[in-house]
Amino acid sequence: MSNFRLWIPLGLFALFLGVAAYQLTQPKDEFVVSTMIGKPIPDFALRPSHPDRPGLTINDLTDGKPKLLNIWASWCLPCIAEAPHLETLKRQGAEIVGVAIRDRPEDVARFLARHGNPYSKIGADDLSEVQLSIGSSGVPETFVIDGNGVIQHQHIGDVRAEHVPILLRELAEAGQ
Amino acid sequence: MIAELGLAALWIASALAVLQLVGGVLAQKQGGSEMAKLVRPAAITQGLLAAFAFLMLLWLFAITDLSVKLVATNSHSAKPLIFKLSGAWGNHEGSMLLWITVMAMAGGLIALVERRLPEKTMMATLAAQAFVGIGFYAFLLLSSNPFERLPQPAVEGMGLNPLLQDIGLAFHPPTLYFGYVGLSVAFSFAVGALMTRKVGPDFARAMRPWVLGAWVFLTLGITAGSYWAYYELGWGGWWFWDPVENASLMPWLAATALLHSVSVLAARDALRAWTIMLGVVAFSMSMLGTFLVRSGILTSVHAFAVDPERGSFILFLLALYIGGALLLFALRAGTVTEGERFSVTSREGALVFNNVMLSAILGIVLLGTLYPLLTEAFDVRVSVGPPYFNPVGAIFTVPMLIVMTIGPMLRWRGDSFDRIKFPAAIVASIMLAVLALVLVLGSYGILPVLGLAIAIGLGVASFLPLRGRKLTRVPIATWGMIMAHFGIAVALFGMASETAFSEEKLAAVSVGDATDVGPWTVVLGSVEPVAGPNWTAIEGRLQASYDGSEPILLNPQSRNFWAPPQETTESTLATRWNGQLYAVIGNQASDGRWQLRLWWKPFVTLIWYGGILVALGGVLAIIGRVRGDLKRRYVRARSDQRREDAAAL
Repeated sequence: MSNFRLWIPLGLFALFLGVAAYQLTQPKDEFVVSTMIGKPIPDFALRPSHPDRPGLTINDLTDGKPKLLNIWASWCLPCIAEAPHLETLKRQGAEIVGVAIRDRPEDVARFLARHGNPYSKIGADDLSEVQLSIGSSGVPETFVIDGNGVIQHQHIGDVRAEHVPILLRELAEAGQ
Repeated sequence: MIAELGLAALWIASALAVLQLVGGVLAQKQGGSEMAKLVRPAAITQGLLAAFAFLMLLWLFAITDLSVKLVATNSHSAKPLIFKLSGAWGNHEGSMLLWITVMAMAGGLIALVERRLPEKTMMATLAAQAFVGIGFYAFLLLSSNPFERLPQPAVEGMGLNPLLQDIGLAFHPPTLYFGYVGLSVAFSFAVGALMTRKVGPDFARAMRPWVLGAWVFLTLGITAGSYWAYYELGWGGWWFWDPVENASLMPWLAATALLHSVSVLAARDALRAWTIMLGVVAFSMSMLGTFLVRSGILTSVHAFAVDPERGSFILFLLALYIGGALLLFALRAGTVTEGERFSVTSREGALVFNNVMLSAILGIVLLGTLYPLLTEAFDVRVSVGPPYFNPVGAIFTVPMLIVMTIGPMLRWRGDSFDRIKFPAAIVASIMLAVLALVLVLGSYGILPVLGLAIAIGLGVASFLPLRGRKLTRVPIATWGMIMAHFGIAVALFGMASETAFSEEKLAAVSVGDATDVGPWTVVLGSVEPVAGPNWTAIEGRLQASYDGSEPILLNPQSRNFWAPPQETTESTLATRWNGQLYAVIGNQASDGRWQLRLWWKPFVTLIWYGGILVALGGVLAIIGRVRGDLKRRYVRARSDQRREDAAAL
């Protein structure tokens, strides 16, 4: 092996192949997971976003009852897709509060009239301040909050039929 | 019927590729010359069949045959014809077919015209070309058949996305593909030469036009890509060191190094193993680039349709070809006899320096691009950006550019520095003068200042090889070199000037307010809502006047697309001879004022004009080299003829 230097390129290439192959098999993590999971929600108060529903404050999330906090917007297409599943969750006893991101009251009203209103309260988050403070980076996202205002679980993306039992289980666990 | 014809042509072409591989390998053995007779016709026919298949796909797109899945998903009957046609390669399957077609046609062309190489090396080269081709045929036919029919013809196509109807977007990817495929030919030549251990000037001359051609296309591709990012992303920058950009830069760096080492090999029969290595590396970088872009393994600002499964396939091909070639290199390179020697102060010496520096820059870009991939394996997320690439790259770029000013003046084999003392001193004093001048003018940061000085010095120096020569007798290829080097100086001047002298204004303005930036005064006339087919936007009506002259109207937009929801900025540009005004409109603040972002970028357009000059220089070099080769062939044929005539007497 007097010419061991000639093998260096092959060796480096093999190293690259190994890393690349390993990375390809890893699940690609495209979601930004909230760093706030397990921590209490920071203090906030949002004005109502819909005439029929009150706004949302931190007190609504610390009343001892676990809730689903749904981050959504009338301009968001996946939110339309998840609307029926939120209805299902509500029918099965979950209390859902909404935070409407960068939205106008008339658009919110139109959206809820067309796709149903599963929310007991809706706060208007015009500058995404509350959204960012709980570590959400997109719309829609759904958080499970326990009775003390601590974030127990984060669901990223639209809620589909198969997610309904998962969210109900998380909600039940948060209530214990 | 058209689709079936295309598919049949593809299958036959792939079978011919197998024949070409087997024939080429058997031709290496004793008594394999009978098999060898098949190889050239197989390569030529394969090229014609692949071209035929691609024509069939174009035809399907031209008549919008909606029973073909690819047409139905990527086209629409209401599209203009040019975008119908470009739709044929604006998707994964079609672009792979284009790749195969260009590659097969390149193989056919080599088989048709290449007569310099020893027959065995030629056969090994065509076998290597077929071997690479087979992988892509398999990929295309087994997993991404472009001619697949739908069980039920679609009523209408789904591809009427106005965003994709962009002439730049239609021609940018094929440009890069031509570059990548050209490098695959260089790769095949390198493998062929390694197999037969015949590395010499003939090999270099056979390979050179392909390397030059690939390099011209890569240069154009990078230049166009940079301009696209500049005006489309709305951030005012022209290079972001993004993985996708680096993926196109790395093959270019390798090809540039290869181009110069091939010249040494052709002229002086030196740098044998090194040229082979670069041939392998250049194509590796193309494959690596394709892999990084298509697999989505790295996060990029340029959105692409990514597919990890296809990524695995490309990685497999990468392992097979590059791993195989590097193994061959490790086994054989030691047995390739050493080439000619030369002294340090010589044309070769300068070119070796250029090669080492280019390779170092390539290594730096490669490391920076792959580093996140490496650390993620250990669960550490990092992002490598300009703070790494700029200074670390400059460590090698600056010396390279300085040697570039004197290198072309040196003689082959050995020279004394005394001979070029005078022009070198002129260039050095120009650089120092510019350096001093800029330092007096203000503080602009070390890299842009160095860039300006080197750019002007290099611009002058690039013409110095003409010194003392009769202009009409300078070979075309030399003009090509001069133009390419001058183009580098021009582009560098643009980059340095943009970095040093750009003025940026971020202002919140009400309607009627005036803002000054550089020599421009910009007044916000009004802000109007406008709507397009699938977006709404607010459009600023700006009156921009250059140095007090008649104002021109600029309409930057901030667009909201609703399917999928996405906000984009449409910047507007006003170009003057000495720079560009770049305007972007942002959101409205709560007090009703509008965010306006204005840049005055002196001489920024030189970056892309420089790139075009470099590419034109490459074209001149190809013309010069091919003409030279034809002349040499003619002279050789005539002397053979004369010898025969003399023997007959």
